[in-house]
Amino acid sequence: MKVLLENLSKHFGSVVAVDGVTLDIRDSEFVAFLGPSGCGKTTTLLMVAGIYKPTTGIVKFDERVVNHLAPRDRKIGMVFQSYALYPHMTVYQNLTFPMRLSKVPKSEMEARAKEAADILGIGALMDRRPGQLSGGQQQRVALGRALAKQPDLLLFDEPLSNLDARLRLSMRGEIKRLQMELGITSIYVTHDQVEAMTMADRIAVIREGKLQAYATSDELYDQPRTLFIAGFVGNPPMNLIEVEVLQEGDSYRARRNGFDLQLSEARGHKAAGRGKVILGIRPEDVSIGDRGLRGEVYVVEPLGRDDLLDVHVGDASVHVLADPSLHLKIGDQVQLGLNVDKVQFFDPESEQSLLWA
Amino acid sequence: MTWKQRLGSAIPYILLTILTIPVFVGYLWIIISTFSGRTYGLVPVDSQGNFGGLTLENWSFLWEDPNIWFVTLNTLLLSVLLTVGVVIISALAGYALSRISFPGRKTFLAGTLILHAFPSVTLLISIYFVLRWISNLPVLGKGLPIIGGFGYNTVGGVALVMVSLSLPLGIWLMKGFFDNVSWDMERAALIDGCSRLRVWWEIMLPSIKPGIAALSIFTFITGWGAFLIPYTFITDQEKSTLAAYLNSLMGETAPVNYSRVAAVGLFQLIPVLFFFIFTQEYLLSIFSGGSKGGT
Ligand SMILES: Nc1ncnc2c1ncn2[C@@H]1O[C@H](COP(=O)(O)OP(=O)(O)OP(=O)(O)O)[C@@H](O)[C@H]1O
Ligand SMILES: [Mg+2]
Repeated sequence: MKVLLENLSKHFGSVVAVDGVTLDIRDSEFVAFLGPSGCGKTTTLLMVAGIYKPTTGIVKFDERVVNHLAPRDRKIGMVFQSYALYPHMTVYQNLTFPMRLSKVPKSEMEARAKEAADILGIGALMDRRPGQLSGGQQQRVALGRALAKQPDLLLFDEPLSNLDARLRLSMRGEIKRLQMELGITSIYVTHDQVEAMTMADRIAVIREGKLQAYATSDELYDQPRTLFIAGFVGNPPMNLIEVEVLQEGDSYRARRNGFDLQLSEARGHKAAGRGKVILGIRPEDVSIGDRGLRGEVYVVEPLGRDDLLDVHVGDASVHVLADPSLHLKIGDQVQLGLNVDKVQFFDPESEQSLLWA
Repeated sequence: MTWKQRLGSAIPYILLTILTIPVFVGYLWIIISTFSGRTYGLVPVDSQGNFGGLTLENWSFLWEDPNIWFVTLNTLLLSVLLTVGVVIISALAGYALSRISFPGRKTFLAGTLILHAFPSVTLLISIYFVLRWISNLPVLGKGLPIIGGFGYNTVGGVALVMVSLSLPLGIWLMKGFFDNVSWDMERAALIDGCSRLRVWWEIMLPSIKPGIAALSIFTFITGWGAFLIPYTFITDQEKSTLAAYLNSLMGETAPVNYSRVAAVGLFQLIPVLFFFIFTQEYLLSIFSGGSKGGT
């Protein structure tokens, strides 16, 4: 099923929780809503579910406007962060509750519940109550309940954030695999950008109720259109340094106090002659070598596979991912090579990208 | 554990024991005196003042006065009507006040709180007029079987008055319990195919069972011990409720037989006592104000 949100807004009194969001979701697509806490992700999702009435704008399922359809008539399954299982029912009763309400014949109900339980590995828990299950098991039951009713649209509201890191990793893969196999159109709300990047076909980045970008994870990562996206997507986050880009003959240089970088022409000329601009470079695109910018190691954070260094170049601070075998220590003098084909430029006023606008 | 620690953990018990002794002695006296002609302190004595004089005489009302059974049934009827009325209305109103925003919601909540603060004595006269007016209604007034009706001098009328006086507290309690049920669960149920009423019935009510149990018990006990309202609005004390019946034993014409009063009092107390023993756990949840278990 296709979903279309058109100019969707939600006000709570004077609070504008969602502000004119427009986006389309293709059939069988997996879309993530990504944004910091309080940006309006849940509110948007609940409007799609029909729990909240939009203040303005419309929600369309396929070609049909569903604004006035009650949640129960929308054929959706939803998984909540708090699991929201019914504590007084057994796992089996939880799984079959939606089907019982829509009067599915008993034999089919049993078959579907069993199928969902088998897929999710909760077949042995059918007679238990939610209170007797671990968090991971409860989350599987919640997922099973949403799947067993065979919805046209699946909604997830941060379903994994109460699980431990390892379980989160395995559930992430499992949800993605199930979604692909079943081909159910899905919206997945998260504030964890790794989750969004790994699972979603397209990511809607939301900030203060507004849609900032709606693109694939590669595009968000390599071609961030705003400063906010550049800082929000990617871990460790992109270095953002205020510089001035000058044209000297055929060459372009980014300069600030103690910082002088030769740029490629393709990227350099878009940022040149504008006064102060913000240069962005990801920590993995900076390497330690014997040429380049001189700096001093200020902080070393071992991350296991890499060391995350904070290197001071002049009065600017640059985060670098370095090979731990270099054994760098605080106070060491190093030279940084920046991959000039990966630098980004942003206008400090409008916060828009100068490269991809 | 050293003896000091042991002493430390024993102190609360010692204090509690000391504090409960007067209450305990009081009840002990009641029990002893109902089986004695007279007592000297806690010791039953006969007419010469020696130990003895044990008798069942004080309990003779159970088989000699047919009114007692009538009154007991009446009290039971009143308590049940009161409990059913208060629980149903409070559970519906509490849900609406907890979950649905409608104009006047805040005012209503504040209003019920103020009503709760009014002592019911101040309302007796106005209630009297209301009940007299209801009495004049056909059938509903005083023509119903069993409960008599909802007018003056009927059990139904007394129940009606008591329900309205208990509602403010009941509604607030139920609202508090509903407030503690997660929104997500309700949303999940709405998405899973429930109507609002069905959510209330299938999801919300089962989640606040302890609250409903607590409110039922609390209300039932209030009804069972009710005195002022039944005493005022049922004219014949001997056909009213146990508390009023008890009061009638202390009439002004004859000397009061306190041993008999104690026996009737104990008779009234027995069901409540059992009730408490089996349900104290639920009653406690009123004060902790939350549903137990859950996800
Ligand atoms: N029922 C409500 N009444 C008033 N304000 C609300 C209500 N629900 C949400 N808001 C406000 O709307 C904004 C968006 O809330 P929302 O729950 O959608 O955020 P979110 O992106 O889901 O955040 P989180 O990641 O913390 O769950 C917040 O500022 C919040 O305070
Ligand atoms: Mg949220």
